[in-house]
Amino acid sequence: MQADAKRIAPSTILLASAVLALVSMVAFMTIGAKGSWSFLLSFRGTKLLGMVLVAYAIAVSTVLFQTISGNRILTPSIIGFDAMYTLLQTIMVFFLGAAGAGSVDPRLQFLVETAVMVGLSLLLFRALFSGASRSLHLLMLVGVILGGLFRSLSSFLQRILDPNEFVVLQDRLFASFNSIDANLLGIAAVATLAVTFVLWRLSPTFDVLSLGREASIGLGVDHQRVVTLLLVLIAVLVSVSTALVGPVTFFGLLVASLARQLTPTASHRYVLPVAVCIAIATLVGGQVILERLFSFNTTLSIVIEFFGGLVFIFLLVRGSAR
Amino acid sequence: MIEIHEVTKSYGGNAVVDRVSLTLPAGGLTSIIGPNGAGKSTLLSIVSRLMPMDTGKVLVDGLDVSRTAGDVLARRLSIMRQDNHITARLSVRDLVAFGRYPYSKGRLTAADAEHIERSIAYLGLEPYQNRFLDELSGGQRQRAFIAMVLCQDTDYMLFDEPLNNLDIKHAVETMKLLRRLADDFDKTVVVVLHDINFASAYSDRIVAMQAGRLAFEGSPEDMIVPSRLQAIFDVDCRVHAVGETRLVNYFE
Repeated sequence: MQADAKRIAPSTILLASAVLALVSMVAFMTIGAKGSWSFLLSFRGTKLLGMVLVAYAIAVSTVLFQTISGNRILTPSIIGFDAMYTLLQTIMVFFLGAAGAGSVDPRLQFLVETAVMVGLSLLLFRALFSGASRSLHLLMLVGVILGGLFRSLSSFLQRILDPNEFVVLQDRLFASFNSIDANLLGIAAVATLAVTFVLWRLSPTFDVLSLGREASIGLGVDHQRVVTLLLVLIAVLVSVSTALVGPVTFFGLLVASLARQLTPTASHRYVLPVAVCIAIATLVGGQVILERLFSFNTTLSIVIEFFGGLVFIFLLVRGSAR
Repeated sequence: MIEIHEVTKSYGGNAVVDRVSLTLPAGGLTSIIGPNGAGKSTLLSIVSRLMPMDTGKVLVDGLDVSRTAGDVLARRLSIMRQDNHITARLSVRDLVAFGRYPYSKGRLTAADAEHIERSIAYLGLEPYQNRFLDELSGGQRQRAFIAMVLCQDTDYMLFDEPLNNLDIKHAVETMKLLRRLADDFDKTVVVVLHDINFASAYSDRIVAMQAGRLAFEGSPEDMIVPSRLQAIFDVDCRVHAVGETRLVNYFE
């Protein structure tokens, strides 16, 4: 009971993280601003929008993925969602050549990739859940193994690729928050909005899902339907973030763990927005610090992955990996 | 009334529940007993639609459990399982509040708050209501889960081995509580039990299963007799009448 006094209200945490996110966004737009505002708005604005979309997509997809898997160290990338993306890119460069791959409309490419990723996750899910054992852990294991397969296939194709084309491919695959593809922003924003709308409709079930399959069914949630739908939405969100900046492995884990750690309640009404705000603050704030303070430009993803990896190891060692 | 018609469930050609037909009338406390692997828990999971059946049909108040919408059924029937492993960090109060989900879909009304309050009070959980589940003892946790079921306020309440891992005091308290649910609240309580003496002392009806089949059913007077127990459990025993309760001595 003495714990009661120590607990901070979840709304305070939410407010604080929202302020942090807002401050980092304002800082990104204004610090070192020279020249006309119309140029700045369009130049920095697109970059900011891209980063906010990525932060949102990664935070939401990771938190929800952890909720449906009932596991705190799994993220969509760990079951091979973005290995799939890497393989698709590699196959495209391999068969179309660097020039051919470059000439494909990125929006078309995004739609095809999203469709393939959604299709694959559905297939995986259906195949596993129609059988006798309906285990999410089996799905995870198959995902991990398929992820390994995709990675080996990619690296095999990359090895027999023309060196020049390999350089082009590597450029596409390396996560970069600087070279956000502006052509994709529109369609990515629309996809994210659509996903958000469906998530909004499903949101009352999130907390119940965290009780596990049997308790959810006992409380009247159509577990299989909701989880399938959520996996599809997660696949779309992962596509959005990988298409915009490339694969990032540990960022989602970092923000989801921080959000769950900081928020004194397990309620998704707080955890989800806090995770999004922390993601925005980390991504945009980190970019500001690297660009303005240290004036070197390319390593934000490395820094974030470094800290994300540390959190991952910390969680493993602490044994919350049940 | 729960009507179970010819329900079969098998794993790899091995029938765990084998053509079981059973009718449980509304009201009272029914215990399901039987040796390990008799299919008790599986039957309970099928009735509560946690597990699909291969063939057969289960009706709860005339509602077919495999076709009725999940939330409609969740207002009629609740289940408490033996393994309640939850990764989310929940307080007792949060957990109990989930019992109102079938009614309010997460937006708690004043009436819901009253239900939550009453369930917490009924199980004497007020002192712990803001503690997290992982800060509780086994007995307190068990009570928190029972409070959630109580809060769901369904006519039918199923409990899968609720006495597992409880000491004698908590086991007796839990059984008395389930008894009160049947007596004071007019609930239909179905419990899977391992201890025959608990079944004998607290049940209105006892259903015995063996190797996936329904072996016997009847009142404690009919069921707690050496010949039947011998047939069900394959153990020699004596039955002593102590007051109105029949106690089984299977130690000799």
